[in-house]
Amino acid sequence: MERLSYTLSAPIPAGGTKPRAIVGVVASGNLEVLLERALAPDLCTVEIATAAHGFAEIWAAVVADFVARRAAGGLRIAINDGGARPDTVALRLAQGARLIAGDAA
Amino acid sequence: MRDWATQKAARAARIAAGASFARGKVVQAADLAPFLEAVLRPGDRVCLEGDNQKQADLLADALAEVDPGVIHDLHMVQSGIVLPSHLDVFEKGIARRLDYSYSGPQAARIARMLYGGQIALGAVHTYLELFARYFIDLTPQVALIAAVSADRDGNLYTGPNTEDTPTVVEATSFKDGLVVAQVGEIVDRVPRVDIPGDRVHFVVEAGRPFHVEPLFTRDPGSITETQILTAMLAIKGLYAPYGIRRLNHGIGFNTAAIELLLPTYGEKLGLRGQVCTHWALNPHPTLIPAIEAGWVEQIHCFGSEVGMDDYIAARPDIYFTGADGSLRSNRAFCQTAGLYACDLFIGSTLQVDLSGHSSTVTTNRIAGFGGAPNMGSDPRGRRHPSEPWLKAGAEADPDTPAPLRRGRKLVVQIGETFGDGNVPLFVERLDALALAEKLDLPLAPVMVYGDDVTHIVTEEGIANLLLCRDPDEREQAIRGVAGYTEIGRRRDAGMVARLRERGVIRRPEDLGIDPLDADRSLLAARSIKDLALASGGLYRPPSRFRNW
Amino acid sequence: MTPAFEPEALSWYEGSARQRIAALVDPGSFREAVGPEERATSPHLALFDLPEQFDDGMIVGQAAFKGTPILVAAQEGRFMGGAVGEVHGAKLVGLLRAAKSLALDVLVLFDTGGVRLQEANAGETAIAEIMRAVVEARLSGSRVVGLIGGRSGCYGGGGLIAGCCSALLVTEQGRIGVTGPEVIETNRGVEEFDARDRALVWRTMGGKHRYLIGGADRYVDDGPEAFRAAVRDVLAAPGRLDLATLDAEQARLERRLARFGAARDATDIWSALGVAEAPAVPGLSTQAFRAVALGRESAHDAR
Repeated sequence: MERLSYTLSAPIPAGGTKPRAIVGVVASGNLEVLLERALAPDLCTVEIATAAHGFAEIWAAVVADFVARRAAGGLRIAINDGGARPDTVALRLAQGARLIAGDAA
Repeated sequence: MRDWATQKAARAARIAAGASFARGKVVQAADLAPFLEAVLRPGDRVCLEGDNQKQADLLADALAEVDPGVIHDLHMVQSGIVLPSHLDVFEKGIARRLDYSYSGPQAARIARMLYGGQIALGAVHTYLELFARYFIDLTPQVALIAAVSADRDGNLYTGPNTEDTPTVVEATSFKDGLVVAQVGEIVDRVPRVDIPGDRVHFVVEAGRPFHVEPLFTRDPGSITETQILTAMLAIKGLYAPYGIRRLNHGIGFNTAAIELLLPTYGEKLGLRGQVCTHWALNPHPTLIPAIEAGWVEQIHCFGSEVGMDDYIAARPDIYFTGADGSLRSNRAFCQTAGLYACDLFIGSTLQVDLSGHSSTVTTNRIAGFGGAPNMGSDPRGRRHPSEPWLKAGAEADPDTPAPLRRGRKLVVQIGETFGDGNVPLFVERLDALALAEKLDLPLAPVMVYGDDVTHIVTEEGIANLLLCRDPDEREQAIRGVAGYTEIGRRRDAGMVARLRERGVIRRPEDLGIDPLDADRSLLAARSIKDLALASGGLYRPPSRFRNW
Repeated sequence: MTPAFEPEALSWYEGSARQRIAALVDPGSFREAVGPEERATSPHLALFDLPEQFDDGMIVGQAAFKGTPILVAAQEGRFMGGAVGEVHGAKLVGLLRAAKSLALDVLVLFDTGGVRLQEANAGETAIAEIMRAVVEARLSGSRVVGLIGGRSGCYGGGGLIAGCCSALLVTEQGRIGVTGPEVIETNRGVEEFDARDRALVWRTMGGKHRYLIGGADRYVDDGPEAFRAAVRDVLAAPGRLDLATLDAEQARLERRLARFGAARDATDIWSALGVAEAPAVPGLSTQAFRAVALGRESAHDAR
């Protein structure tokens, strides 16, 4: 497994009040994203454990775009990845941000 | 004085040699190899019917069994290299030269044999090109073809998979070549006459149907959210604004997603009757929901598809059918229709470079072309106007006065920025070029040339290459939809932003599409079972696609 | 024109374990125990350099079903094929023991190929513990209902656990067995069982066949609404487990073996059950299938 970790300043704070959300499953070409409201609202961390080695540059780009465009401030994000493509990663991250912004269940 | 009928005499000699193995026109399957040794001559040009779908498998096996001491150096001219026996004849020295179109299932082995020099390659053709050459300089001396049934006079019934047969027989039989047909059974009266018996010289009863592969069945269960997003972009960003009524689809999952979104997403956009009414297309099971929902007016087919026969027979208003009720397909006519009478081709590919050239060749696999280059090209002989064609022409060439301006066919490449195994779709240099160098080919096997491509659709957006005014803009438009691939990450962000302002690049949000809405619940069928249900039980999928 | 059929918004077969739970129980009522934030992951997978999942593919907790408290467990069939490992199994054991002490019914949403090869000993032990816990929960009066309709079916130890349940609900896509198709083919040869012949796999192990021979109690459509209706039905029936139940089950299985033991193919059994056009069964719609299944082997003695 390759482990990657990013800490970014986040321009848009996560919406809603849910303490956490989880989307996706760990399978070939898929991933799970666990989002926890645990940080200052202008900060976002992303920790990744991935089965596919050698894609750090792409992860950095996907994560940076996500934090810049979506409401990710205050989130501690943990990812278990089964070798998903970047488009799937971006989609799951966006789904996670939408889910945690929903009404607290 | 010159003898003007040497070919007729040669055919008569072949028929006489074959007759000793036949009763009337009927040859026993057990006698096939010695029969072929009797009717073939070393160096013959032979069309062994290997089509995109159906295969003269019995004849292929028999040809691979002839004695290479007797029959050798054959020149095979056939559209499909599909069965192992199609290459066995080269390995055994029975055949030497090859001109063909498509080799998907044998892509790895044919590459090895070409590298190893066991095959002398003429050219890899598009279907129409090879068919055209059958009538000019690659006319077969012997055609070994496949049909469903025959009567004792040699009248053939080809059933729903007529495909290449009429073209092959026309070229062979009317130029004094010999036609041998394998049929599933010999009957007193064929259900319809697809090939008149006077063009067929020998018939062999296989006792079983010819081999045919379900090449056009895409399981909706495998369609991803990203593919659904690309399909939404294509429908809302291309089909709707251009008003695409006449079209051809490739066989990938992205276009299957488009077919399955028509009755749901397309309906929501109010597009029924406005787009996708007339098709050059095989009987794709994934089009069933759209047909049932009243989207489609008619479809002409290259071939058939396994399991679709009953559905087709029950929908004669949609499909071309014969007096017996079953589908009549014809690859040459449908390719021509796709080339000249369609306003859009859309298909997936494996590699796209910065000029927009695309290819399905990877270094160790040679899959050939099939029909995509004919569909995916702008026919410069076209003269009839249509709204999409004129609109695309105006985008490409705004300065020429309309009456003198050529229209443009829309040629769209659609795909995800990364394919299986995280392999990027966009590359600096096509593998096809490396292959051409390795094999010393004068032409790289490019599937669709960049100057024919009008749009590229990925999950990141649509690049409209018609609106690009120079190679730099074109390159940045391609980089601008190349996502997180290396090509995409090396974009000129400022130029991409300007292209987006001009509408050269359109993002999902520019089209009012939220990527989070790209959900599998949008698919009109999410499984093969759903397709069977949507057909009212008329579509009978092969076992390998079932989970019930 | 109206489409010929209208599938439910969520396909059970396609859905994730979490989606299935959320759609099955009363909206918003699910409270997860040992959730992903606790990161109770497998202690074994890292040794094989394999990715973990925060919930180890098993989601357990309490919810309300039609207003009544109930316990729920769901396997994630896409994570390692829903295979049972140490943590995965322990979570279900804990839930079943809670069912006994809280006197609540349990829904088990199966989706598993069996035991996880990378932690086989722990997994096999877990299967045994789960079976014991199912029986103890049932002896104390709880109903343990199995729901089967996922991609991975219910195989291996999952099939054994299913056999201990109070009632089983199955979809057409759902498969129930102990030895899976590939394993049969590997051990007995392709002549015995061709695992790639998917029609054969489903007519031998799939939901319709299991329902017809009394291996499942309810046959349901592929969606949460259908499962909800069937769960309500089986929870309304009395649940008990005693010696008389086991005697009746033994008698039923002996009768079934005597009646169908010589059959070569599932279609022979269906014909013997009085189905007029046995080969047509796989293609039948739910409604048509229920009609021909009226003469099926009863499952009720067992439960």
